[in-house]
Amino acid sequence: MILDDINIEAVKALLSEIPDPEIPVITIADLGILREVKEHDGKIIVTITPTYSGCPAMKAIENEIGSVLKENSIDDFEVKYTYAPAWTTDWMNDSAKEKLRAYGIAPPEKSTSDKNVLMPHQKMRNCPRCGSGNTEMISAFGSTACKALYRCKNCGEPFDYFKCH
Amino acid sequence: MKNYVIEYCLRLADTSLILGQRLGEWCGHGPILEEDIALTNISLDSIGQARGFYTYAAELEGKEKTEDDYAYLRDEREFRNLLIVEQPNVDFAQTIMRQFLVSTFQFYFFDALKNSSDQTLAALAAKSLKEVTYHLRHSSAWVIRLGDGTEESKRKIESSIDELWPYTGDMFDMDETELVLAEKSIAVDSKKLKPLWEKKVQEIFSEATLNVPQNIFMMSGSREGKHTENLGFILAEMQSLHRAHPGVQW
Repeated sequence: MILDDINIEAVKALLSEIPDPEIPVITIADLGILREVKEHDGKIIVTITPTYSGCPAMKAIENEIGSVLKENSIDDFEVKYTYAPAWTTDWMNDSAKEKLRAYGIAPPEKSTSDKNVLMPHQKMRNCPRCGSGNTEMISAFGSTACKALYRCKNCGEPFDYFKCH
Repeated sequence: MKNYVIEYCLRLADTSLILGQRLGEWCGHGPILEEDIALTNISLDSIGQARGFYTYAAELEGKEKTEDDYAYLRDEREFRNLLIVEQPNVDFAQTIMRQFLVSTFQFYFFDALKNSSDQTLAALAAKSLKEVTYHLRHSSAWVIRLGDGTEESKRKIESSIDELWPYTGDMFDMDETELVLAEKSIAVDSKKLKPLWEKKVQEIFSEATLNVPQNIFMMSGSREGKHTENLGFILAEMQSLHRAHPGVQW
């Protein structure tokens, strides 16, 4: 698709389709990484926010936004970062959560900020494979900054849990 | 005032960067795979936090400065990181103890800084706080497990307390820069965090059957760039590539 006149809604729709580089079944819009797309004096300004401060996928996402825009003949653009409001898994909608589950990642539960710092209060996470609640945490840190590692004691499968944040 | 804010950003960034660099040394060397991943995840968070503060400092300073100029092209005396983060990893127990003492401090620190009158600092703090909360939870659980564990784990974690305790006072020092900024509600008055920090450390140590050291001589100097001998070695490793090949990227 080549855009004759810059139609901001169309640009937004295009960028919303970009998959997350680490979890390609959901998009950067699903994750809430894509915050804003606007036009200023003919220039497209895209604002993104990192999930975790050190998320190494940010550069890849920025590059992908650039190449999608260029493919659509938009050369005048800028990708900006924002930190406020801080990213939260609460921005993820139910359909994105369902896609995660189907992909084998247990989705985050609603409502973040577990203020109980003192001890890791282990909550039950349902296994994304067999649905059993009989699971245990293997590691608080997983394959990416946003995930923890669990194991299902029912079907025996290890699985990633997308941490509440 | 702007120069004070730049200096403040560099202090926070340096602390996070050096801690991240230290934790990164564990990559591929963790005692178990899960902890290898945990320590490097925490490293990544720390480096990410550092980048946020460096980028803000660069923006304020202008003159086409970038985050890399601060990280790669300053020498030892120009670094302003807290002394405790440059202390060596030694073993898993000491790495965990360092993390616990620092994460506890950062938890209260970022919790206060998120109310800064400087919007960018407040945003970076709110973001960092979420990550640090997780780091604190992880290191607390390990301190308890090692302290209240085997004879060997207890001996190692006790020796790490002896090694690290003298560097904890430095976290709460205030100098003119920070006092001026705190007056304007831009910076945190770190001195005020000390009782909170002590309470949390006491709480975890009790559960871990560990004793809090009393009347220990405290080292200071991070705010003037006076470091222990460790920092030079860290910078040598961290900066050598960039200095040999200026501006190199991959």
